[in-house]
Amino acid sequence: MATSTTAIEVAAPTGPDDVGTGVARPGRRPRLLFLRNSKALVGIAILVLFGILAVVGPWIAPYDPNQVSTALLQPPSGAHWLGTDHTGRDILSQIIVGTRGVLVVGLVAGLGATVLGVIVGVTAGFVGGLGDEGLSALSNVFLVIPQLPLIIIIAAQLPSAGGITVALVIGVTGWAWGARVLRAQTLSLRKRDFVEAARATGERTWRIVLAEVLPNLTAIIAAGFVGTVTFAVLSQVTLAFIGITPVSEWNWGTILFWAQNNLALQRGAWWWFVPAGLCIALLGMALTLVNFGIDELVNPRLRSTGMHARTLRRRGIRPRVGFTPVVRDQWRASRPGEEER
Amino acid sequence: MSEPVLEIRDLHVDYGFGDDPTHVLRGVDLTLRRGEVLGLAGESGCGKSTLAYAATRLLPPPGLITGGEVWLTDRDGRRSDVLGLTDAQLRAARWRDVAIVFQGAMSSLNPVFRIGRQLTDGIRAHRPGLSPRDLEARAAELLEMVGISADRLRAYPHQLSGGMRQRVMIAMALALEPQVLLMDEPTTALDVVMQRQILEQIMELRDRLGFSVVLITHDVSLLVEVADRIAIMYAGEIVEEATASEVYRRPRHPYSAGLLGSFPPLRGPRRALSGIPGAPPDLQRLGAGCPFAPRCPHAMDVCRDVRPVLGPPRTGEVRRVACHLHDADLVGAGTSGGLPPELAR
Amino acid sequence: MRFVLRRALFYLFTAWAAITINFLVPRLLPGDPVTALMGRMQGRIDSNAEQSLRVLFGLDQDMSLWDQYVHYWQMLLHGDLGLSFTHFPTPVADIVTQALPWTVGLVGIATVIAFLLGTAVGTGIGWRRGTWADSLLPITTFFSAVPYFWLGLIAIAVFAVNLGWFPSNGSYDRGMVPSLSWEFVGSVIYYGTLPALTIVVSSVSGWILGMRNMMVTVSSEDYVTVAHAKGLPARAVVVGYAARNAILPQVSSFALALGFVVGGTLVMEMVFSYQGIGYTLYQAVSTHDYPLMQGCFLVITLSVLVANLVADLAYAALDPRTRQEG
Repeated sequence: MATSTTAIEVAAPTGPDDVGTGVARPGRRPRLLFLRNSKALVGIAILVLFGILAVVGPWIAPYDPNQVSTALLQPPSGAHWLGTDHTGRDILSQIIVGTRGVLVVGLVAGLGATVLGVIVGVTAGFVGGLGDEGLSALSNVFLVIPQLPLIIIIAAQLPSAGGITVALVIGVTGWAWGARVLRAQTLSLRKRDFVEAARATGERTWRIVLAEVLPNLTAIIAAGFVGTVTFAVLSQVTLAFIGITPVSEWNWGTILFWAQNNLALQRGAWWWFVPAGLCIALLGMALTLVNFGIDELVNPRLRSTGMHARTLRRRGIRPRVGFTPVVRDQWRASRPGEEER
Repeated sequence: MSEPVLEIRDLHVDYGFGDDPTHVLRGVDLTLRRGEVLGLAGESGCGKSTLAYAATRLLPPPGLITGGEVWLTDRDGRRSDVLGLTDAQLRAARWRDVAIVFQGAMSSLNPVFRIGRQLTDGIRAHRPGLSPRDLEARAAELLEMVGISADRLRAYPHQLSGGMRQRVMIAMALALEPQVLLMDEPTTALDVVMQRQILEQIMELRDRLGFSVVLITHDVSLLVEVADRIAIMYAGEIVEEATASEVYRRPRHPYSAGLLGSFPPLRGPRRALSGIPGAPPDLQRLGAGCPFAPRCPHAMDVCRDVRPVLGPPRTGEVRRVACHLHDADLVGAGTSGGLPPELAR
Repeated sequence: MRFVLRRALFYLFTAWAAITINFLVPRLLPGDPVTALMGRMQGRIDSNAEQSLRVLFGLDQDMSLWDQYVHYWQMLLHGDLGLSFTHFPTPVADIVTQALPWTVGLVGIATVIAFLLGTAVGTGIGWRRGTWADSLLPITTFFSAVPYFWLGLIAIAVFAVNLGWFPSNGSYDRGMVPSLSWEFVGSVIYYGTLPALTIVVSSVSGWILGMRNMMVTVSSEDYVTVAHAKGLPARAVVVGYAARNAILPQVSSFALALGFVVGGTLVMEMVFSYQGIGYTLYQAVSTHDYPLMQGCFLVITLSVLVANLVADLAYAALDPRTRQEG
């Protein structure tokens, strides 16, 4: 399980560079850089693919996922590309249709948690004093209490834990991480000159927050959103796997639920449980890659030297801290204005 | 004139490993003699710190040394090029022959180690045979030397004040009694009173232990007081080098004259402060000629096309200046005619 | 010291919050699943047990909320967590205390191994940037995106069912009686290897990544350059100056991540039918055993809080700046 690195970076006591670099110029420049990052591009591509599946899924699926047939537990074949389950239902269709369930829950939960996190975190950072103490205590409590067990007991005691309900539960329990990170960032931003200037000229607090503070936090909010969506997807899939969410709604976890309860492992029906997990992993990986892109945007030190790897190898340079490389080559001869000595 | 202990020859340093690096040091020549205090002055970004770090190969990535030599003479008289040493040789020479006092003592001290440990681990790396007791005694001795009581050995950096931390850095640098001490803005982060104390301490230690000092700062007035010689840097090259009093009283480069004119004298007749018009140059977009030409009040046509060489002025004085106004070939050797008054004192 | 005290107070507060949440959840949510089940048990429970269940779930409509709350606390402080529905009439407390050591053993040890391993690898990768080691990152990213339990399923499919190297479920050989004999311990280790290995593989990448990022950040700090300037051997610089500082945020993020880690590894127990608290919770959910569910949640949360406190103690030991306020 990947811990959000953005949060760690921000929480660490490093110099002003980290806050300044990603924050100084919101707008076009950072976004273009972000798109050039190959990791983020791959991630976005996969996400777009799944997004398309989510939208058109039910129409392009070859079969109705609930449709039983006589082809029980068949391995992949021409008729059923991913085989069938123990009642003859087509697994490929289950996966395609399940995409929508997974993505919807992920997005709704992510959105909910992010909004809550922004409200709590930015308010705490900006208001300070007792309000800050109270909100921080609240978010710390939610941070420390293990989320999955909490979600489980809430969802289990609900009369019906369908998709949107689960999304709301996840959103309501998962905002604390983002709130904490945003509070730290807001605190440091509040001391910056441009915010002080705005306050000095008597601008109203909410306007300052909206116009000055929030735009500088976009990268972090985005990273938090992506992280929460990842967690939401995993939680939802886990809940479905355990059997809390109703099996009438298809998502990838439900497939695994059926697989587990019908001894797919022991029967060697790998086509039943492998594809669903792979999809979850792919989605999670795509989200993590996007997060990498955001991380490297905010902290330029993390940007890999991949851009220059070829140049470096060609010139025999090994960049190391503490041992500046020495390279004497023909580069100097071509410099303008050099006098011969 | 005492023998040279650190000779930098034609040093070229780039920032950036790609195809379009920034040339931050463009052929720097500098000699440090035994026992002298050499001041290195210039605006922020002129390359003075870069020079010190590059000379010891401590420049962080994306720094890259692309040419030149740095000859270090150790206490046995052996001369070796720092840029050609292996990692092991470099590690051995560091701290023993050349030590650096870094800018910003708070971030230069490891926050999780006690002061005593940070003082002794450098010693231990070079003299592995010493017993823990000897090491501790040496650490206590070093602290006393900079005026800190030995019971602070067990303190952590965050428990000391700014001035004390800076003095710990100095003590740390002198642990192995190096021959060359590079000091990067040692007093910039301190208040004036502390500045004076620290400088006096350094000078007193220099008198006692006999090491050479390269004092890097943007504060020329400081150097005028403590340095033996001053070298002034601009846009990655040295533009003037002479004894401190000569630089102060008789600057030869228009930039030096401008710098010194920016400081109000405490004594003497009142005069108008002159600044230097324009802004510091963008190192990525330097033209062919003298880098100071765009801001120089005495720029000639040749200044924009041909880069001046650092050498003795046509008057034959024992000093170096990189300016076409003083170029014997251009104007004629031995003459001082035609020079603007502030450069012909 | 003050740092630790402050953290301990916070955890007490959080414990209170968790218990209160446990109290409020069945009362706030719509629907009343408990009454129906209680109806089915009519006549088979004695009045004490019935009373404790009522307190747990707020079935007494004539008591005010505050009174219910007070009763609830009284029950808890007596160690009474109610009676399990499915393992009737075993008290929940008994079931839970029996299951907890298994979880602490498996999850605890595996998580610590993953943390140590991940930190070590992350240190190496973060120190030597721009080498082949950087290519490990995409692989570990993939593993981190995989849900723990799916990896468990794959592990069972490959190693247990196909290769038969390890058993596919259970925590020890069913034929044995739990005792402190070598045989039994050996069996426990044998049965625990696959789950532990799966936990380590799926969680290690997070630690690798975190440590790598911290090493990169710390390597550009001034004091690391000073260490190099002193001519210290490479190992002293990496360990003493770089890693020693980079690990601090790692430890504090370890503490924070414990909640997540516990969640994921609990599911691992479900996959392997490993009789820890996670598996117990799973069973409770499947059979709608509400008292057991609540009891499990409480115990899990309290364990996480204790683990957090231990992690905070470790942090205080590592970072001298926390030990003195000013």
